[in-house]
Amino acid sequence: MEPVLAAQTLAEFFQQYLFDPESAPGFLAKALAALIHALLLGCFFGLPGGIFIWGERKIAGRIQDRLGPTRVGGRFGWLQPLADGLKLVQKEDLVPKPADPLLFRMAPYIVLVASFSALMVLPFSDGWVAVALDSGLFLIFAVLALEVVGVILGGYASGSKWALLGAMREAAQMVSYEIPMSICAVVPVVAAGTLNLGEIARMQSGWITNWLIFHDPFTFCAFFVYFACATASCKRAPFDLPEAESELVAGFMTEYSGMRWALFFLAEYTSMFIVSGIATVLFLGGWHLGLPVLESASWPVHLIGMCVFLLKASVLVIVQIWVRWTLPRLRIDQVMMACLKYLIPISCVLFLGAVLWPVTMAQVLHRTTLLGQPLGERAAAPAIVAPEKTAGSRVKR
Amino acid sequence: MTGDQLLFAILALTACCGAVAVVISQNVVRMAFWLIVSLSATAGLFFSLHADFVGAVQLLVYVGGTLVLLIFGVMLTASGPFVRIRTTLAEGLLGACVGVALLLTVLSGVMGVAWDRVAAHQTAATPPPQPGFNPAEEGNTTRPLGLSLLGLRPDKDLRSPGNEPSTGYLLPFEIVSVHLLVVLIGAAYLARTKRRARPEAIEGTDASGTT
Amino acid sequence: MDGVSLNAYLLVGAVLFVCGVVCMATKRNGIGVLMGVELVLNGANVNFVAFSHYMPLGLDGQVIALFVIVLAAAEAAVALAIALNYYNSFQTIDVDRGDDLRG
Repeated sequence: MEPVLAAQTLAEFFQQYLFDPESAPGFLAKALAALIHALLLGCFFGLPGGIFIWGERKIAGRIQDRLGPTRVGGRFGWLQPLADGLKLVQKEDLVPKPADPLLFRMAPYIVLVASFSALMVLPFSDGWVAVALDSGLFLIFAVLALEVVGVILGGYASGSKWALLGAMREAAQMVSYEIPMSICAVVPVVAAGTLNLGEIARMQSGWITNWLIFHDPFTFCAFFVYFACATASCKRAPFDLPEAESELVAGFMTEYSGMRWALFFLAEYTSMFIVSGIATVLFLGGWHLGLPVLESASWPVHLIGMCVFLLKASVLVIVQIWVRWTLPRLRIDQVMMACLKYLIPISCVLFLGAVLWPVTMAQVLHRTTLLGQPLGERAAAPAIVAPEKTAGSRVKR
Repeated sequence: MTGDQLLFAILALTACCGAVAVVISQNVVRMAFWLIVSLSATAGLFFSLHADFVGAVQLLVYVGGTLVLLIFGVMLTASGPFVRIRTTLAEGLLGACVGVALLLTVLSGVMGVAWDRVAAHQTAATPPPQPGFNPAEEGNTTRPLGLSLLGLRPDKDLRSPGNEPSTGYLLPFEIVSVHLLVVLIGAAYLARTKRRARPEAIEGTDASGTT
Repeated sequence: MDGVSLNAYLLVGAVLFVCGVVCMATKRNGIGVLMGVELVLNGANVNFVAFSHYMPLGLDGQVIALFVIVLAAAEAAVALAIALNYYNSFQTIDVDRGDDLRG
């Protein structure tokens, strides 16, 4: 059934059905659309946190030859995150006496806002992104960089030695690991020629060889370096020095309790999901199956695409969990050395190689990829020629 | 009041209140926090001016980089947990008076110019856009900015196809990048731990004549 | 940004600038002075980006704003290194106490 007026975005939809259908979307329509986008993304903020916390406890249990949670919600304890949440809500909101009350209270929100707003530019499926920006990848790294500010403020404002040491470690570690992480993220960008995450993912349709991880050997290596750095920048084991339980009690979170502590944890799991989502879009084909099927532009296809995307990202998150419970924690000097002496030079070499690759391959083989189709000849050609309209908010669902 | 004005009012108020709070607060870490608030709101203002790339750079470099560096500096130079180096009331009052006077001066200067006429004059001076000219609208400024840093100005050259191609910003870009490298090496050299030959010379009270 | 005049942005820029100047003048903590400098540069940036939007300048204003941000980062790095050295020689960060010129 054809709609009378084709609404391209959610804002246009509201404008046509609630307000004056003739004019461009007004502020109220845009605000309603933004609200719905925010609510949907809010689900993405809460749900992965809960599911991954349950998954982490189950996987940790199995790896350590235990059962994990079994009591709440049937045999598999799948209501455990809800029970945890209820318990945390009831806890007293403590502010220690030597703490700076304002900063101590504000710090979890900075972390929360940082990791939540990174979801804003992450494309879940073709066109299903809250804000489609040309500088999307850049903006994601920008808001993820804000997370460290909240952690430092929280650790510093706690007025406790453990928290301060954890915050210092966190600052040093995250700032250092951001460098190789960004350089590795630039490697597929060099191949794709755009920072727009949606365009990058759209280029990788077709067979699995079209994924950017198989574009050239440098992107292949860059994926693994990126993933190691992303694990470190999420403060996950084996790089979880900021909250090393055995030496620092709980690092920057020592003095936090109840909901504020839970906010830190939710933000951690969300940023795990976000860095995995970035890896999926940049290297693993985004929402594409890896087979040249299901490439029409209709909403069931987009829905399947979103499920594929979530599945890929979840697999990467589970790998992070698996790594955490398998490898022992490094020492802080080993963490910093691994970054400064190995990861940064490796990523610089990869970047240089990725820049030189198209030039040399065009000379030698007269094509720029080994396995997949060259980027210019792909069926769903990137929208470089005619950039689609990216007015504020694209339709999400 | 339209929605755009509402958005602007919220962001502008946050930026200005954050800046005022930076001046008022006595605790250095709180100052850093208010500076973060102010700078983030300014990034929001950039987004609302369709300068998405500049806004993202503001978040990444300023808030994520420079301010973390500042907080590091606060931690490394703090003698107690929460440093308070007080400004006296008289100094504060004097600063407020001077500040208000300066603000009024600047504002009278700003408001005294009829900017719309300046804009009209400049528009008359620039040639009209040619067909195929794609103005930087709706925030997608990444590609034009990158091109202009590489020395190409599609937005200028497409306006006047017959003229000399404009130069762009390749040379300043290179100078800034080398400058940044030099500065980082220099800062690392300055801030390195120096081996203290005689620590008692610094701790002791008789330090004045020993060097 | 429809409905908001250029003067409104210039007002925000002026307030940020003046706050930065007052901060530089009144703070006795060296790092506080540095924060004042950041505020001043930020106020200038607001003006650059606003002019680039409202005037037929094209992207020049935004490019200059990018340069300002990068130079501010460089300036902060050097100033912090100086602040650390200052702290090492005077055992305080209070700029009023650094009044002797020992080599």
